[in-house]
Amino acid sequence: MDKKTLVIGVIGADVHAVGIQILNFAFQEAGFNVVNLGVMVTQEEYIEAAIEAKADAIVVSSLYGHGELDCQGLREKCDEAGLKDILLYVGGNIVVGKQDLTEVEKRFRAMGFDRVFGPGTPPETTIEYLKKDLGVA
Amino acid sequence: MQAVLLIDFGSTYTKLTAVDLDAKKIFATAQDFTTVDTDVMEGFERALLKLKEKTGDIPFEKRLACSSAAGGLRMVACGLVPALTAKAAKLAAFGAGAKVIKTYSYKLTRSDIQEIDQIAPEILLLTGGTDGGNQEVIEHNASMLAKTETFFPVVYAGNHASGDICRDILESEKHPFYLCENVMPRLNKLNIQPAQGVIRKIFLDRIISAKGLSKQKALIDGILMPTPAAVLAALTLLSKGTSKHRGIGELMACDLGGATTVIYSIARGAPTKELAVVHGLPEPFSKRTVEGDIGMRYSAHGVVEAVGIEEIARIANVHEDVVYDWLNRIDQDKSILPATEEEKALDFALAAGALRTGIIRHSGTLEMVYTPVGAVYQQQGKDLSEVKLLIMTGGALNHTDQFEAIGREALAIQDTTVLAPTNPRIICDTQYVLSALGLLSTIDPETAFELLNNIFGKEDSL
Ligand code: B12
Repeated sequence: MDKKTLVIGVIGADVHAVGIQILNFAFQEAGFNVVNLGVMVTQEEYIEAAIEAKADAIVVSSLYGHGELDCQGLREKCDEAGLKDILLYVGGNIVVGKQDLTEVEKRFRAMGFDRVFGPGTPPETTIEYLKKDLGVA
Repeated sequence: MQAVLLIDFGSTYTKLTAVDLDAKKIFATAQDFTTVDTDVMEGFERALLKLKEKTGDIPFEKRLACSSAAGGLRMVACGLVPALTAKAAKLAAFGAGAKVIKTYSYKLTRSDIQEIDQIAPEILLLTGGTDGGNQEVIEHNASMLAKTETFFPVVYAGNHASGDICRDILESEKHPFYLCENVMPRLNKLNIQPAQGVIRKIFLDRIISAKGLSKQKALIDGILMPTPAAVLAALTLLSKGTSKHRGIGELMACDLGGATTVIYSIARGAPTKELAVVHGLPEPFSKRTVEGDIGMRYSAHGVVEAVGIEEIARIANVHEDVVYDWLNRIDQDKSILPATEEEKALDFALAAGALRTGIIRHSGTLEMVYTPVGAVYQQQGKDLSEVKLLIMTGGALNHTDQFEAIGREALAIQDTTVLAPTNPRIICDTQYVLSALGLLSTIDPETAFELLNNIFGKEDSL
C-alpha cells in the first residue's frame, strides 16, 4: 500500500526548532511520507502543502504557549480549501503553563482537531494513533 | 584571426556583434531593423552589410543566433497552488526566456479554456502536485486542455504519477506531449531545469521554423535560444565565472522596454538579517521575472498605477496634470521621444517608476513578527539587499544618459520590508553585449567571461 503523507511544522511565530526534527525523523522511521515545513509555519502554508502533496494528516506542533491562538480557524480553512476530513493533530506545550489537560483537549477538539497531545507525549504514542486513524496496519 | 558572428534577432532590431576569439575582443557591431513580416534574413543582410563596411569581408568561423522576434516565446503556465507549483511553473517559463501571458492555478474552467484559446500560446507548461501528491487537479486540467481549439505543445512537468494518464488524454488531441521531471518533486523543492531544457528544445525545433527564422540554415549555425535565455546565460557566467576565472558574485540586471520590464537576479538571496527564517518556495539562483504591465510606452499607465501619480509627479518635479498630459501623448504616439527638459524629466520618472516596480516585485520581503522575547524575522523570496552590481539595459534607455540616476531613484524604496539592493554599482550595457556574449558562452565561455568582466566586472573583480 502507498505510504501515508503527513505535513508537519511548528505553528505561528514559534521558533523552537528541535522537537520538530525529532518528530520528522520518528514519523519517517515509522513509514510515513513526511513534509516538514520547519518553524514559524502559517496556517496557509500547512494547507497549501497538504494540497500539493495530497496529505492525509496535518500535525501541528506548538511549544511557546500561543498555540491556542495560532490554531484558531485552521479546520475552517481546511474545509474551505477542499481538504475535507483531513486528520488534524496538535501537540507540544500547546498552552501557557500547566493547565488541566482535559479542559485544553476539549477546547482544541472544539476547534476541529482530531487528537490533542499534552507536553511530554513520546512520538511513539502519536505514531500509534496515526496508524489507527489512517488505517495503516 | 578566428572570428565569430553573434546575431540577436530582436523585436525591433537585428543586432550583430563580431568577436575575435584570438585577440579576445569585440571588434565590430552593427544593427538594422528586424524584418519578420517579409523574411528576417533581409534585415540580417542589411545589418551584415553595415558590419562589413567596418570590418571588410572577413570570414566567420561560426554564426550563432538568438531570437526574440515575432513576439518572443509566448507561454501559458498551469499549476495547482498559486504559491507552490503555479509559481514554480512561472519561474521555469520565465527562466527559459518565455513571456508568460497568464498563469492558472487550481482547476481550469470552461472560460479559462476559452481564454487560453484566445491567448493561443506557443507552449503550455502543465504542472501540479508533488510526486506522490495531488493527481486530481492536473488530470482534470489535462481533460480540459484536450478541449482547446488551438494547437500547442504541452510540456508536462507535474506529479509523476499522472504523466502517462495526461499523455493519453492529451496526445490524442492536437497537443504534442512532452513528459519531463516535476518542477516541484517534493514540497518546496524547485526542479525547473528539466522543463526548461524541453521548452528550449521545442522553441528550436518547432517555433523558430514557424516564425520563418530558420530559412537559410546555411548562413547561420542555428538559433540557439530565445534572447532572454542568452542574456541569462551571460549574467550567470559573469556571476559564477569559469573553471579558470573567478566570477564577480551576486548581481542583478534589468531590461526596460516599451511594453515590459524584465528583472534578472543572479544570487542565492540568502538572509543577511540575523535570525531570519526563510519561508515559501526557494527561488532559482538565476531568476528572471517579466512585468507585462510595466513599461515606458505601451505599459506607461501600468507604471503610474503601480507607483502612484503623485510619486511620478514628485520625481519629475511637475504638477500631476503634466503627467496625465504626457500619458495622453504617449497613448497617441507610442514612438514619441522626449524633446523638452520637462518631457525628459517625465520619462526619467517613468523609467525610475518602472524599474522600482519591477525590482520590488522581483525581490524578497522581510517581515517582522513580534513574540514575547522580541522580534523574529520571516523572509520570503530572495534577500538582494547586499547585491553589489545592477546592470541596466533596454531600448527605453537609448535616449538618456541618466541611467545611473534612474537606477538610484528606482532603488529609493520607501517600503523597508523589500529586500532590494541598497547601494549597488550601476552600469549600463550601452553596447548591447549581454545577449551576444551569452551566445558566445555556449562555445567559448573563457572568452565570453573575459569580455563580460572587462565591461562590467572592474571594481568587484579580485
Ligand atoms: C531551547 C528553548 C528555546 C530556544 C529555542 C531555540 C530553537 N531555535 O530551537 C529559545 C531561546 C529561542 C526559546 C525561546 C522561547 N521560549 Co523556549 N524553550 C526552550 C527549551 C529549553 C527547550 C526546547 C527544546 O528544544 N526541547 C527539546 C525538544 C526535543 O523537545 P520539544 O521541543 O518539547 O518537542 C518534543 C515534544 O514536545 C513533542 N512534541 C512537540 N510538538 C508536538 C506535536 C505533536 C502533535 C506531538 C504529538 C508531540 C509534539 O515531541 C517533541 C519530540 O520529542 C524549552 C524548555 C524545555 N525543556 O522543553 C523552552 C520552552 C519551550 N520555551 C518557552 C518559552 C515561554 C519561550 C519564549 C516564549 C520566551 C522565553 N522564556 O524564552 C521564547 C519564544 C520564542 C519563539 N518565538 O518561539 C516555554 C514554553 C512555556 C509554555 N508553552 O507554557 C518552555 C517550555 C520553557 C518554560 N518552561 O518556560 N526557547
